[in-house]
This record gives sequence, C-alpha cells and structure tokens, in this order.
Amino acid sequence: MPLLVIENLTVEFAGARSSFRAVEGVSLTVDPREVLAIVGESGSGKSVAMLAVMGLLPWTAKVTADRLAFDGTDLLGLSRGHRRRIIGKDMAMIFQEPMSSLNPCFTVGFQIGESLKMHLGLGREARRDRTIALLTAVGISDPERRLRAFPHQLSGGMNQRVMIAMALSCAPKLVIADEPTTALDVTIQAQILDLLLELQRETAMALVLITHDMGVVAETAERVAVFYAGQKVEVQDVRSLFSNPHHPYTAALLAALPERAIGRRLPSIGGVVPGQYDRPSGCLFSPRCRFATDLCVATMPPVQPKELGFALCHYPLRNGIPTAHPGLVVEATH
Amino acid sequence: MTGAPIVKAEQLARHYAIGRGFLAPPLLVRAVDGVSFTLAAGETLAVVGESGCGKSTLARLVTMIEAPSSGRLMIDGIDVVNASHADRRKLRSEVQIVFQDPYGSLNPRQRIGSILEEPLKINRPDLTSRDRRDAAIAMMARVGLRPEHYERYPHMFSGGQRQRIAIARALMLKPRILVLDEPVSALDLSVQAQVLNILVDLQVEFGLAYLFISHGLSVVRHMADRVMVMYLGRPVEYGSRDAIFGTPRHPYTRALLSAAPVADPGRQKERIHLEGELPSPINPPSGCAFHPRCPLAFEPCPVQRPELERKGNVDVACFAINNDGRTGGVPAVA
Repeated sequence: MPLLVIENLTVEFAGARSSFRAVEGVSLTVDPREVLAIVGESGSGKSVAMLAVMGLLPWTAKVTADRLAFDGTDLLGLSRGHRRRIIGKDMAMIFQEPMSSLNPCFTVGFQIGESLKMHLGLGREARRDRTIALLTAVGISDPERRLRAFPHQLSGGMNQRVMIAMALSCAPKLVIADEPTTALDVTIQAQILDLLLELQRETAMALVLITHDMGVVAETAERVAVFYAGQKVEVQDVRSLFSNPHHPYTAALLAALPERAIGRRLPSIGGVVPGQYDRPSGCLFSPRCRFATDLCVATMPPVQPKELGFALCHYPLRNGIPTAHPGLVVEATH
Repeated sequence: MTGAPIVKAEQLARHYAIGRGFLAPPLLVRAVDGVSFTLAAGETLAVVGESGCGKSTLARLVTMIEAPSSGRLMIDGIDVVNASHADRRKLRSEVQIVFQDPYGSLNPRQRIGSILEEPLKINRPDLTSRDRRDAAIAMMARVGLRPEHYERYPHMFSGGQRQRIAIARALMLKPRILVLDEPVSALDLSVQAQVLNILVDLQVEFGLAYLFISHGLSVVRHMADRVMVMYLGRPVEYGSRDAIFGTPRHPYTRALLSAAPVADPGRQKERIHLEGELPSPINPPSGCAFHPRCPLAFEPCPVQRPELERKGNVDVACFAINNDGRTGGVPAVA
C-alpha cells in the first residue's frame, strides 16, 4: 500500500482579476522506503504540490484533490490540531535555504528539542540526549557544544545537517526534501546527499527529493516524476527515464544537458515555460515541442499507460520516436 | 585559434584588511593570492572552485573594478596598475562583465533600450541618438530579443531573457574580453542551453576571449578550452580542459570532479569523500591550504606551501604528485 496518495491535486492562487493555477491535476503515489525525485524547472509546481501535501500553503491558495491521503489518513478533511500532530512527526520537510529556515533567535539544540517536546513529550534530559544522538547521526562533530550554537555560528552545510536532524527527530515515515543542496557547494552537496540516502536506508523512511538538477536525480533517485508548468508529464524508474524518456519535454531536457552534448552547440528548447497569461489551451508543452501537431495545440493530451511512463502526451516517444504521429511535424515556434 | 595573449596575469593578488577594532591589528584576508594565467582572443579560460576560493574576486580584478594588491595584470600589452587615466578608460571598454544574477544586475527603472545605450552614451559621444538606437536594436537581434522589447522594463522578462539583455549590454562597446561570472547558474536547464549557445556563437563571431567563472562543472567542461581550479585563493591545478577532466592530478580537483553529480544513472562511480568543511579564508591552514582535508597529505604539507609547477601535461601545486604527473608515494622533498 502506498504511503502517500495524491489524486488529481490542483492548487490555485487567487489573484486580483484571475486565479493562477500552480498545480494542475497531479496524481502521484509514494511507496514506503522509496526515493522519489520530483524534477522540473522553476515554476513547474513541484514545490507547491509538496507544500500542499504538508499543508504549508498560505490561505490564498485553494487546494482541491480527489484524494490526498498519508498513511491511511485523509489530509484534506483534517482538523488543524490533528494535522499538527502528523506534520513534523510522521511527515517532515527539509527546505532549500538552511540559513533562512532556521530561527536565528534560538539555539540549534532548542530548535531540535522543540519538536521532540511537542510530538514525543520528552523531558529535558531525554531531549538533550536525543538531540545529541541526532546531531551525531548527521555527522556534526562535538555535538554537546553545538547544541548551544546559533544558526549564524554554523556554516551552510552544518545548518543543513541541523535541518536534517530536525526533520528526522521523530523518526518520520516520509521526508520531503525541497532542493536540499541547491544552496551548497559541490563537495558539501555530495556529503549531504550521501547522508540523506544513508539515513533513508537506515531508518526505512520514504524520501521525496525535489530538485532541478538532473545529476542529483541520476545519483539518488529510484523513481522520477517530471513536472512541467504545473502538470506531471511523466513518471518512470530512473534508469529507463534517462535511457528512454517517453515525454518530448523529458527528452528535450535531457538533450540540453551539457554533458550529453555532441558538438559545441547544445540542442536547446526554444521559448520559455508558459506563464499565467499565455497558457496554451491544449498541451502545455506544445508551443515548444518538436512534434506538436494541430491536435496538440487544440486538445489536452491523455495520460498514457504505465509502460509509456504515464506520459501526458498525444504522441509519446518510444526510443525517441513519437508513436502514432501523423508525420506532419509542425516546427516549434520560437 | 589561439593567438597572442590579450590578458596576462602574473602572481596577481588581492588582499583585504579586516579591522578588528581599536588597537587590534587588522586581519589580512588573501582573497586571491598568486594567480597567473594568459588569455588569448577566441579562447575560454574557466575558473572553478567552491565559495570563498576567490573566483569572483579574480573577476573583479580583471574587469578593473578593483586594483590588485600585488602582481601584474597586462591587458592588451598595457600594465593596468601603472596605466594612465586615459589608457585605463580605454581598457575598461575592452573588458566587460556579465553577472550571475540577472534579477539584480539590471536597473528596474530603466528601459531595455536605455540600458543598452548607456555604455555608448558615455564612451562614444560621437554617436547620434539614432545611431545608438540602431546599434542597440542590432545587438538585441543578435542575442535573440525582438525589436519591440526596446521599450520594455526588466521586470517584464524571464531570467533567460534578462541574461540575454545583460550579455547584449556587455557587448555594446565591442569588447575583446568578456568576464562571465556564473552566467547560467541562476537559469533553468532548458534556458541555460539557449544562453550557452548564444555565448558560443558570439565568441566565434567577435573573437571574444572569455574568462568563464563557474561552479557548474558540466557547463565548464562544455565551454572551456583551459581550466584553472582554485582553492582558498590559490590555483591548485591549471591545464587544458581535456587534461583536467580526463586525468585530474590534484587531490582537490579529483574530489571536486568526483563530487559533481553526473546525469547518468547507470554509471558506477567512486566518490572521494572530503572530510570536513571549507576552512575560513580569514584563517587558512598552514602550508598547503588543502592539507586538513587531503587524502594524500604527508609530512611537508602542513609545513610548506607547494608551488604551482609543471607536472606531466598540467600545472599542479601538490607535493604528492611526481614530476611525471603521477601520484607519488612519499617523494623526497628538497
């Protein structure tokens, strides 16, 4: 049974005149103990979708879904009190900017202890022992001294370790890491990713890794969901995604990687991600797609079956060739 | 394609004094220390390293935003430090810079047209407003912007388009050297490919010399002819792109390359774990600054600083590398 079930999730932000749909009809499941990567460019809705699951969106957001369930609990009809008992305990989140996510006014030890007190009701001594154990587990040396450190006294990598310790404090079943290494240097990024994976294996939790870095995806994930302009366009196992992408957007994204370049020029995707006012009526990728036809421009594409990676496409790719394509290739408008 | 060097740096250094208050002697931060390189027309030299390695300070030195504390910088055969006011003014239009953050580097209250024309207004007083406008529109077309963008403000553009504007602005004075300080780090993958392609085309068209500063190793591998790896203000390895990426010698280069995630899930890789954090540039370790984290460190490393020397086909600053470029056991130290 999946740990997290998302069915037809839509998130809208109310604007002055019109509303903006940040996430549109996303369905996704996360199994226990799996590492799922959600990859997409900025504005693809990958963070907003997961914030909706956590219930961390502001009141301006309108969240609708057919089903949103975590570990058998319906998250949609949950009272605030009940939600607070789950968030931070069974389901925790690690954010991108460790410096700005930690409270600068409290020591690191206090901030980790806070969730232990709220969720587990531990006493002062037990909290201290558990916090020291957690800091040791995330590879912070001299934890007794670091307990009394404020976030500004630690480096970015150290703060991200503190964030991880905080997320893991109540032994969660699911951890959502939103770009956990984007703000860090390459060698520190490698340390943090290895740490996350090691802890994921040890504690048997599920890990959702939100990222835009294809390298991070390839090295950490077991399964990958690709987001584009608020929609989930493809889900596949990591190896088959990289070797045989079924959605033209995934294929174009992989081709644009500098390490896959054959010549000096990169095969780039023309145009930009559609915004609030220039959303196409049919397939959202159609203005930038090499294979787009009149059908793509006019009609929303269907979701393809599992063997085609649930691709949201009229002509899903098989080994780079679009299936059932009429052969009429409209040049993508630049 | 490489001719006579137009930029020549010899033992370039930039130190900053940090006041510690009344009576306490100021601390000296050696942001850049002992950097030598040459750069010819049509060539790309990439500078890579983690935060605090001095790569952005180097960019500020080459663009003459700051004067070097010691060492010599020759641009176009003119010594920058001792140059006359008129010479320096001329050199400033030969060297231009593109900054990392296209959201911060464009004035939000200026229209694109006036952003592009401002350099001409100051440096080319002979041009009429009509000439300036024509030059701006021609340059906009060159970087893939449409003429109607002339009247628009920066907030109306996406990140990729803003970076095109920044590149166009840098090229308005027909410089021969372009310093690119993390030009694509803030951009999404699909847009990154577009901007890199523009940079490749412009380099061929105008014979530009690029000083390409980046921490994205796959981008560097795609763009660079030669690579300089820096650690805490000093170059540790300097050589051709193929030598650095093919057979990295310095233990830091090796660790950096092995830490960079590669977008290929099938690849089995040996990751070299670097212990600990980057030391503070205020108080760098003695001898070789890398020795506390180095897997090859032995007796001379904490005592003496290795100089950058030709070993094999690259310049390396490391005692553990023999003169033929191979990793030695414990070589005899003079």
